[in-house]
Amino acid sequence: MLENFSFRTIVEYLPLFGQGFAATLWLSIVSFAGALAVGIILCAMNLQRSRLLQLPAKIYIDAIRATPLLAQLYFLYFGLPRLGLVLPELVVGILALALNSGAYIAEIIRAGILSISRGQVEAGIASGMTYAQRMRLVILPQAIRVTIPPLLGQAIVLVKDSALLSLISVAELTRAGQLLASDRFMPAEGFITTAACYLVLYYGLKSLAAFSARWLGVRPIGSRT
Amino acid sequence: MIWFQLQSLMGSYPLALRGLGMTIALSGISLVLGTILGFALGVLRTSGSRLLDSAIGLWVDLIRGTPFLVQIFLIFFILPELGVELDAFTAGIIALTNLAACFICEIVAAGIRSVPTGQVEAALASGLSQWQRMRQVVLPQAMRVSLPPLVGQYVLLIKDSSVVSAIGLTDLTRVGWLVVQRVPNGLLVFAIVGIGYFVVCYPLILLARRLERRMSAAHGEVQL
Repeated sequence: MLENFSFRTIVEYLPLFGQGFAATLWLSIVSFAGALAVGIILCAMNLQRSRLLQLPAKIYIDAIRATPLLAQLYFLYFGLPRLGLVLPELVVGILALALNSGAYIAEIIRAGILSISRGQVEAGIASGMTYAQRMRLVILPQAIRVTIPPLLGQAIVLVKDSALLSLISVAELTRAGQLLASDRFMPAEGFITTAACYLVLYYGLKSLAAFSARWLGVRPIGSRT
Repeated sequence: MIWFQLQSLMGSYPLALRGLGMTIALSGISLVLGTILGFALGVLRTSGSRLLDSAIGLWVDLIRGTPFLVQIFLIFFILPELGVELDAFTAGIIALTNLAACFICEIVAAGIRSVPTGQVEAALASGLSQWQRMRQVVLPQAMRVSLPPLVGQYVLLIKDSSVVSAIGLTDLTRVGWLVVQRVPNGLLVFAIVGIGYFVVCYPLILLARRLERRMSAAHGEVQL
C-alpha cells in the first residue's frame, strides 16, 4: 500500500502544513514565556522560609507532575466554562501548556539556584550584601548559566506536548496531519509529514541546547526530552 | 446540584475502575517489555560497534523528536496498510513499549558509560567472559546510577499512556471524557481522573526522590 505514497498530495497540502508549523512554533513560544513566568513565581514561593508560601507551591508542583497533561488539558477545557469562563480552544491550550511546563521549570530553576555553593552565599553575607543584592549579583548570574540548557530541554518537551492541543481541535501541526489523513484517507502521508516537521523543530532546539551548553561551559543535560 | 452530580458520578464508578485497570494494564505491560528491550538496546549501544551505536542513536532521536500522539497515529493507521492487523490495545502497547525502550536505552547506556574503565580492565584481567563482565561487574554498578532516572521515567510513561485514549482505548482519561458528556462538570470529573493518576504516580515520584537522595549521599555530595 505504501508504494502509492503520494508526494503530490503532500505538496498540495504544503500550505496547510506551513500554517500548522507556524502555529505550533508561535503557540509554543507564547506558552514557554508563560511557563517561565509561572515557574519563576513557583520557585520563588518554594524557596521561602514561610510554610504558608512554600506549601501551596509544593502541592501544585507535585499535583502537576503526578498527572498527565492530557487530563490537565481536559480539566481546563471542560472545567473553565463551568466557572463561566468560555475561552477559545487555543487560549485554553496555551494556558494548559504554560501551567504544566511551569511546574517543571520551577524545579529546573530551583536546582540551578541550589547548585550554587553555600560558600558563595556566605561570602556575600560577609561582604555585607543584602538578600536582594546576593540574589541579583551572586546567585542568579551563576544559576541562569546552568539552567539554560535544561530549560531548552523543557522547550523541546513543550513543543512535543503541544501536539495534544489537536485533540481539542486547535489548528496546529498535528491537526494538519489529521486533516490530510481524514480528507484523503492518507494517514501515511499526513502523519509522516507531521513527524518530519516536528523533527525540524527538535533538531533545531537540540543543537541550540548543545551550543548553549558548550558556550556557557556547562555539562549538557539529556534531561527528559 | 453538586449532590445530584456526585450521585450520577457514583453510577459510573464501574466504568472508572475499568479505566484505571486499562491504564494500569497498558503501562504495566509496556513498562516490563520496554525495560527488557531498553536494557538490551542500552547494552548493544555501548558494545563498541559504531554501526549499532549510531543506528540505535538515530532511532532514539526519531522517537524523542516526535510527539507521542503522532507516533500512535502512525502505528495505528499505517501498520494495517502494511498488512499488519492490529487493534487499538496492541497498537497502544507497541507505541508505549517503543517509547519506553528508547528512553530506558539512553538511561542504561549513560549508566554503563559511568562505570570506570579500570573496572572493566580488572574484570578482563581476572579472566571473566564478556557476559560475566557485564552481569557481575558493569551492570550492578550501572544500575546504581540508572535506578533513580529509571523510576522517574516510569512515571512519565504512565502519564504518556493517557495519550492512547486518542485512538479510542477506554483508559482513565477516556473514561473522564465519556463521563463529562453526561455529567457536565469538567472540574469535578477531571479532578477525580487526576486523583486516579496521582495515586499511581505519586508513590513512584517519592521513590525516585528517595533513591536520588540516597545516591547523592553515597557519592558524598552535600545536600543543600
